[in-house]
Amino acid sequence: MAAAQKARPLFDPPIVRQAIVDAFKKLNPLHQIRNPVMFTVLIGSAFATLLWAQALIGEGEAPAGFIFGVAAWLWFTVLFANFAEAMAEGRGKAQAAALRATRQNVAAKKLREMPAEEGRPDFGSLQAHRKAESVSASDLRLGDIVLVEAGDQIPADGDVVRGVASVDESAITGESAPVIRESGGDRSSVTGGTRVLSDWLIVRVAANPGETFLDRMISLVEGAKRRKTPNEIALDILLAAMTIVFLLACATLLPFSIYSVEAAGQGTPIALTALLALLVCLIPTTIGGLLSAIGIAGMDRMIQANVIATSGRAVEAAGDVDVLLLDKTGTITLGNRQAVEFIPVDGVPVEALADAAQLSSLADETPEGRSVVVLAKERYGLRGRNVHDMHATFIPFSAQTRVSGVNLDGRQVRKGAADAIEQFVKERGGQFPAALREQVHAIAKRGGTPLVVAENALPLGAIHLKDIVKGGIQERFAELRQMGIKTVMITGDNPLTAAAIAAEAGVDDFLAEATPEAKLKMIREYQAGGRLVAMTGDGTNDSPALAQADVAVAMNSGTQAAKEAGNMVDLDSNPTKLIEIVAIGKQLLMTRGALTTFSIANDVSKYFAIIPAVFVGTYPVLGMLNVMRLATPASAILSAVIFNALIIVLLIPLALRGIRYRPVSADRLLRDNLLVYGLGGLIVPFVGIKVIDLILVALGIA
Amino acid sequence: MTLNAWWQCGLYLAALLCLVKPLGAYMARVYERQPCGLDRLLGPCERWCYRLAGIDPDRESSWRHYAVCVIAVNFVGLLVVYFLQRAQAWLPFNPQTLPAVSPDSAFNTAASFASNTNWQGYGGETTMSYLTQMLGLGVQNFLSAATGMAVLVALVRGIARRSAETIGNFWVDLTRSTLYILLPLSLVLAIALVSQGVVQSFAPYQTVHLLEPTSDADGNTITEQTLPLGPAASQIAIKQLGTNGGGFFNANSAHPYENPTPISNFLELLSILLIPAALCYTFGAMVGARRQGWAVLAAMLAIFVPLLVICQTAEQAGNPRIAALGVDDVAGSEHSGGNMEGKEVRFGIANSALWATATTAASNGSVNSTHDSYTPLGGLVPMSLMQLGEVVFGGVGSGLYGMLVFAIIAVFIAGLMVGRTPEYLGKKIEAYEIKMAALVVLIPCAVVLVGTAIAVLGPGLTYTTADSPDLKQNVANPGPHGFSEVLYAFSSAGNNNGSAFAGLSANAPFYNVALGVTMLISRYWLIVPTLAIAGSLARKKATPVGLGTLPTHSPLFVVLLVGVVLLVGALTFVPALALGPIVEHLQMVAP
Repeated sequence: MAAAQKARPLFDPPIVRQAIVDAFKKLNPLHQIRNPVMFTVLIGSAFATLLWAQALIGEGEAPAGFIFGVAAWLWFTVLFANFAEAMAEGRGKAQAAALRATRQNVAAKKLREMPAEEGRPDFGSLQAHRKAESVSASDLRLGDIVLVEAGDQIPADGDVVRGVASVDESAITGESAPVIRESGGDRSSVTGGTRVLSDWLIVRVAANPGETFLDRMISLVEGAKRRKTPNEIALDILLAAMTIVFLLACATLLPFSIYSVEAAGQGTPIALTALLALLVCLIPTTIGGLLSAIGIAGMDRMIQANVIATSGRAVEAAGDVDVLLLDKTGTITLGNRQAVEFIPVDGVPVEALADAAQLSSLADETPEGRSVVVLAKERYGLRGRNVHDMHATFIPFSAQTRVSGVNLDGRQVRKGAADAIEQFVKERGGQFPAALREQVHAIAKRGGTPLVVAENALPLGAIHLKDIVKGGIQERFAELRQMGIKTVMITGDNPLTAAAIAAEAGVDDFLAEATPEAKLKMIREYQAGGRLVAMTGDGTNDSPALAQADVAVAMNSGTQAAKEAGNMVDLDSNPTKLIEIVAIGKQLLMTRGALTTFSIANDVSKYFAIIPAVFVGTYPVLGMLNVMRLATPASAILSAVIFNALIIVLLIPLALRGIRYRPVSADRLLRDNLLVYGLGGLIVPFVGIKVIDLILVALGIA
Repeated sequence: MTLNAWWQCGLYLAALLCLVKPLGAYMARVYERQPCGLDRLLGPCERWCYRLAGIDPDRESSWRHYAVCVIAVNFVGLLVVYFLQRAQAWLPFNPQTLPAVSPDSAFNTAASFASNTNWQGYGGETTMSYLTQMLGLGVQNFLSAATGMAVLVALVRGIARRSAETIGNFWVDLTRSTLYILLPLSLVLAIALVSQGVVQSFAPYQTVHLLEPTSDADGNTITEQTLPLGPAASQIAIKQLGTNGGGFFNANSAHPYENPTPISNFLELLSILLIPAALCYTFGAMVGARRQGWAVLAAMLAIFVPLLVICQTAEQAGNPRIAALGVDDVAGSEHSGGNMEGKEVRFGIANSALWATATTAASNGSVNSTHDSYTPLGGLVPMSLMQLGEVVFGGVGSGLYGMLVFAIIAVFIAGLMVGRTPEYLGKKIEAYEIKMAALVVLIPCAVVLVGTAIAVLGPGLTYTTADSPDLKQNVANPGPHGFSEVLYAFSSAGNNNGSAFAGLSANAPFYNVALGVTMLISRYWLIVPTLAIAGSLARKKATPVGLGTLPTHSPLFVVLLVGVVLLVGALTFVPALALGPIVEHLQMVAP
């Protein structure tokens, strides 16, 4: 859909307003406990507030103003993290809402039972006979049968059970050309919110309200219902463990400091406020505060790519994929084969072959047939003839003879696959020349599809139909190889043809003469070797393979069965999308890793800010560790806490957009990201804390 | 650092690295039960052991069963050592008729030797009978070392295997570690040490007349001296090789009967790091990627060498306050200069600082000088090497499995940065592994910090003994150095090192119990999660290596691994260190 594809500004004012409100709502401890890092900060903030209250009644361990400053910024830390999460949620929901807006609550023509007669049902009379009723789309349940007529909006996702119609799916895909939807086969699925342009359909509803793909996606974005993905859980455990380590390091600092004060005979034991500040600065609040926002933003980027994921796990797995199974047609090659050459047998002029080929294809409405006519016209100047004037009988393609052609004045012109034409010729007492057989082989070897043309018992020659490999696809595959992803082309062609196209497109491997069973077997073999496999599919017979694949993208135009078997639905039905999906998955993991590294690297500077500040009273020489030359102990602690809170806000855009993924080797990626987020994370806070300290001094706060 | 120190350290590292490959390859063959050269000699003995114990060496077990065996063997070992000490007065091989050891000290020693810590709250020659030394401590020296190696091998198998339910047979790993690796090496080393003058005797202590009478602190003239004896060389060999470190005599390897000559010193030093370093190669060989083993070894060296240089430099630089008094502390032809307090003249600064660094890098804990007398920075090095979790070489087996757990954590963070679910050597690192790895990293940090905190709040500062009600100080020095002494003791016990800073009177009920518990927690709470990781990894399929795979043998990964180890250690202990050695150093250098 057009609206969803437009990039939303990062800070959309309505979303920001809502996010600010939500940030406060999320202070609820029941919500915070899901995130151990931020829960610790919340407890710390509450404790600091109590210390401030104690200071206000004159019993404070430190000046009330200082405790207030620390407490306030600890609260801000929690609020900023909440805001980040709320922003991501808001953007995700807005994205989903834009999609949902397409399914306004329309009236649906619900049929109580399937009409007995095959023809077009008359809703008015059915209603009069109490066999049908008009209900709201939101009341439709799984299995209900509805009639959709020209001009109606399809009320819910479902399967066509009767009828053929052209449907405008632009609301979902942004593609303006209408598509045909019919019962049976692979074009039987319809999506709620699209509009029937002509004819009529009877649709069986495929999901209860609230359980459609879109609803599932929305629940992945909404905080309350969101389930953590496996990698997120692992990272959460690591962050929780680090929080415990720092909790211990800070808590034991109190006895250490009491001992030191006694030993040195001067100074005071470390203030609880300072300990809380140190704790919050040390625990990985940057990544802890942004973790859920990163996950939600990943889902959000999927929606922006017009892909509906039904589980967060699938989005994550997309980053891990190392084998891509790609259908040849539509992904690697342009949909249709085109005639590129006529190759006559010895003794037959090429014009005669071209003429016969054109004749046999005049009534052939397939793209291949039309391309033969076009080639004959362009290359040999043969104009299209008016078929009705010729009193010809056209022989359509049939599965039995596997040839098509025309009967005209005693001439029987046929075209078809080599073996089918050979049979046709031999039945009429002719011979199939060995030279022609070689030609046929040569064409297949070059990746083409050979068609042979014969007139009566005489084979005339071959037509070279060629698969046109999409422009730029070779570079895409080279990129994928750089990322360590293997591409496998799936095709129904024979191995010879498949090998030639595979070589031209630059895929790593191919599966020729693919059957659904062969596909499933191949996926299992790859998985047994420890690889993660992604594939796209649309037909019902793809379902077993889709269910087996780790990342399975079903085309929106595909059948309901295919969509149920997959874990993502591509609304654009674009098989090349898989590559984008992999990049989004990788981006998600990279953003997490980079911010974790950044967060941990930050701690070094905070030690340099806070340790001298809290112990300089006991051991004045520790002032030498104050390398940033921060003005006073109080300003040092405040600066560190303020930096720690502000960095969350500053990194929200990065969390929402994700780190840019470039297809380079893992080693290079690691080096670059370590330099930026590791070394950067080490240096940036030194500068930041110093600047904040200077501002505090300038404002006269410190 | 003096030129001499550079030569000593360089020679030492060169000898060590030359031995890594031959010994590492040999150990890999031992653990993979392939012919290793000693089969004809030791094979019958091995088979006899299995028959006697009713063990089917071909039956492997799950990680849970493996863990149960580890704990069972160690628990029985702990009980044996405890009761041997309690009953030694009535048992043979007690020529000095030493009395039973007190319950708290016996518990501490039993826990210490079972857990491969070999912390000593007692003085060997005044406490333990020959029988206790040999049957209790000597046996544990072998068993605890073999346990560490067995657990490591189980983890390595977990990494190497695919879709497997078992990680090996603990009894076989234990037997083969002892029989094929520890015993032959110990035999060779013991004989070499005896050749240098290390004692090996069942004779009672000898009393000799002093050539020149001397006087004690109270001014009484002393004309006689008791020379302790015992079966020392055999025990010292395994104490050095098995990263045990519990000395036969109280003065440990500073004692002339334990470590008489520069050659014995070199051999003992070499033995400290020999097996831990060679196991890196064994790991690489067993996972079928030798580069991985070298990468881990490189990471260890990348931490070890700079810290060694710091320690040497700090010790050689000495104390500026003493120099200010006009004392010549610059190395010259007459004397070594620098800080010689607490060091043996026959070893000098270079070999003392080298030993201090090596013994704390490995969780050996034997000493040939008094770490308490080091300069603040010189003492910071051994302390921080322990606080890094004993993964820089570390204990035999335990050091490498600790380092591999750090590698798992490093891979987890780095793997995310390349946009994939992290994997180490083809095995995906998921929530379960991270949970277990976090435990392994968390527990030593926790016991060290909490133990120190409790001690400095009072219980660890003063004590009374049964024979006098007077309050005695545990801590010899007040101020930051006293804090360092307590922190060092818990760092040593909490990371199963066992070296003592000295200066702390640790043979008191609080420390005996607290350190004993600390040693047990940090040993077994690490072994169980490590084996759990082994079991979980063994069950996984291996992802084939591709361009998208993060290489874990590249220099970049070594840097990352070193970074993670240092950062975890530093972030945990910097506040504590700031109040101990760091402030002490700053006070020393402050004008």
